[in-house]
Amino acid sequence: MPNLAFDTAHLFAGGLVLASFMLLYQDRLTSLLNVYAVHALVLALAVAWQADIQNAPHLYVTAALAFGFKAIIIPLALRRIIERLGIHREIETVVGIGPTMLAGMALVALSMVVMLRVTTAAAPLAREDLAFALAVVLLGLLIMVTRRNAVSQVVGFMSLENGLILAAAGAKGMPLVVEISVAFSILIAFIVIGIFLFRIRERFDSVDLAALDQFRGERR
Amino acid sequence: MNLLQSARVEWVILIPLVAAGILAILPGYRLTARLNVAATLLTLLAALSLLFAPHPAPGPYLFVDDLNVVFIALNTFVGFTTSVFSATYVSHELKIGRLTPTYLRFYHAMYQLLMCAMNVALVANNIGLMWVAVECATLTTVLMVGIYRTHEALEAAWKYFILGSVGIALALFGTILVYVAAQPVIGEGLDAMVWTKLVTQAAQFDPALLNVAFIFLLLGYGTKVGLAPLHAWLPDAHAEGPTPISAVLSGLLLNVALYAVLRFKMLMAANAAAVAPGPLMVTMGLVSLIFAAFMLYRRRDIKRLFAYSSIEHMGIITFAFGMGGPLANFAGLLHMTMHSLTKSGIFFAVGHVAHAKGTQRIADIGGLTETHPWLGWSLVAGVVAIAGLPPLGIFMSEFLMVSSTFARAPLLAILLVFGLLVAFGALVLRLNGIAFGEPRGHNHPVKASYVPQFAHLALVLAAGLYLPPQLVAWFQHVSQLLG
Repeated sequence: MPNLAFDTAHLFAGGLVLASFMLLYQDRLTSLLNVYAVHALVLALAVAWQADIQNAPHLYVTAALAFGFKAIIIPLALRRIIERLGIHREIETVVGIGPTMLAGMALVALSMVVMLRVTTAAAPLAREDLAFALAVVLLGLLIMVTRRNAVSQVVGFMSLENGLILAAAGAKGMPLVVEISVAFSILIAFIVIGIFLFRIRERFDSVDLAALDQFRGERR
Repeated sequence: MNLLQSARVEWVILIPLVAAGILAILPGYRLTARLNVAATLLTLLAALSLLFAPHPAPGPYLFVDDLNVVFIALNTFVGFTTSVFSATYVSHELKIGRLTPTYLRFYHAMYQLLMCAMNVALVANNIGLMWVAVECATLTTVLMVGIYRTHEALEAAWKYFILGSVGIALALFGTILVYVAAQPVIGEGLDAMVWTKLVTQAAQFDPALLNVAFIFLLLGYGTKVGLAPLHAWLPDAHAEGPTPISAVLSGLLLNVALYAVLRFKMLMAANAAAVAPGPLMVTMGLVSLIFAAFMLYRRRDIKRLFAYSSIEHMGIITFAFGMGGPLANFAGLLHMTMHSLTKSGIFFAVGHVAHAKGTQRIADIGGLTETHPWLGWSLVAGVVAIAGLPPLGIFMSEFLMVSSTFARAPLLAILLVFGLLVAFGALVLRLNGIAFGEPRGHNHPVKASYVPQFAHLALVLAAGLYLPPQLVAWFQHVSQLLG
């Protein structure tokens, strides 16, 4: 079975894209967080598989980080926050689900066309991984622009970041992957603490960014 | 001489890092403000020793060459003068209760961490390390922008945070793509991320992959430079944070991000088959310039006014480096230096103005030259410099840029001049209201140290009148490196 390594990596990377699509159409914050936990779990599996087939034990650290921090701690912390804020109601999306899904498909097609065309010289494994990773990154951006709620924007950002970790793990022998994933985890921890602090200090009446945007432009 | 030969690049990183640790635990603002100044002075000395010592051999993580030494010298110099300004600024903030001693300790530690992160980004020979450093610099500035904890400050910090995070995420994807392009040529592992190795072998990289990588890098780091479609975080972050941070953001952090773009531009230029990065940068630069020039007219907040002026000038500098060639690169380098000095000098003055008037609203600030002559006239001098009037340094660099562009692409030169004139009009209009006419608003006496801003203005004036031949030769050499 010479192709098992490739096929399994393919399966996990494809699973991550699928999980990104599932994030796109969630209309409740709690289910969004559940799907995000699945997203992070798939990432952990994909990175662990890469660690195995590339013989790169340091990637297990990244996989463990993805599993422990992103799949368990962050969703739990965010769930507590939204419960305390009382915002587990519907997500206010800017665009409807239908157009969003269509846009998502277009973005996946775009990333396939771009990445597969420019990476003809690279190893097939890295190639597919990069194409999927770009798709996850673009879908993450799409989630960020179609949501108004701060928590769901953060979930979009975190899924985008999962795509980056997938790309970094897929690039064979890339150094500093662990350091980068740690740096990103710190960033995300800051974001989550930030949301929490905003609320604790009661500076904002809502975490709906449309309400926060009253300040946009100038003080009059 | 012995001392010079032992100049080591690690010092510019270690000094601020150690200082951050010390400042985080020491109480008492007088002592910590002085220590902050002392630490930045030591860092400046370390940077100057790099300037005069022969460059050490590039390592896998850090290196010094003729290009980044310009940035480091500028970075540590403005970092030092800003810490002097910051000492008087924070004592006033403590007095009016906007900062508490605990937050002040945090502020000083963050200031040193920011200097450390920027220096790491500048001396990094490893594109992964450079990315991590830019991310750290972003995080520390986000925390400092939000330090007043008002509604506006938190919102500005949040906006900066989200946009900055998306920007650096895109930059990371570009960095990974560069590695993927380098890996078949250089081989797996650390070497394929070392810039000095990348640039020597870039000719054999896959050009298509490099093109895609550069677009991600330009968009990603371009967000941090504040280029036009991606600038939304910049005015808020400048207006709501403490003024010393506005000075450091405008004068230094934007340069650091631009430096990252320049490094990758050099990588692109080393590969003949890859798309030329110049036109992309020219377009983004011109769009930023013209957009920001028009936006200057609608500003009602004095710090936002100068934040938009920073977008305008970063556009000009990006344009110059995008044009390329020895003359335009020279003009770009000179403009970058002059802009850093002038803009941070202006922010020092603006910080004192905001204290004297108790507001940042332009409508409530008037007749400064009558009520606070020293402050008013130094602000006038700064705005005259930033608007590009002779005989100051920015006039020199803009003149060089316009004349070199006219020789090569007259149409672009017309757009450039148009943007410059529009911005000039806006600045003169606003300056008239702020500095002259009937005094308006409150008139608190202001206890200020004018040394930093006069030092900056004097340097800008000196550069406009006479550039030492050594400096010219050095900048010319760096311009050739940039290609």
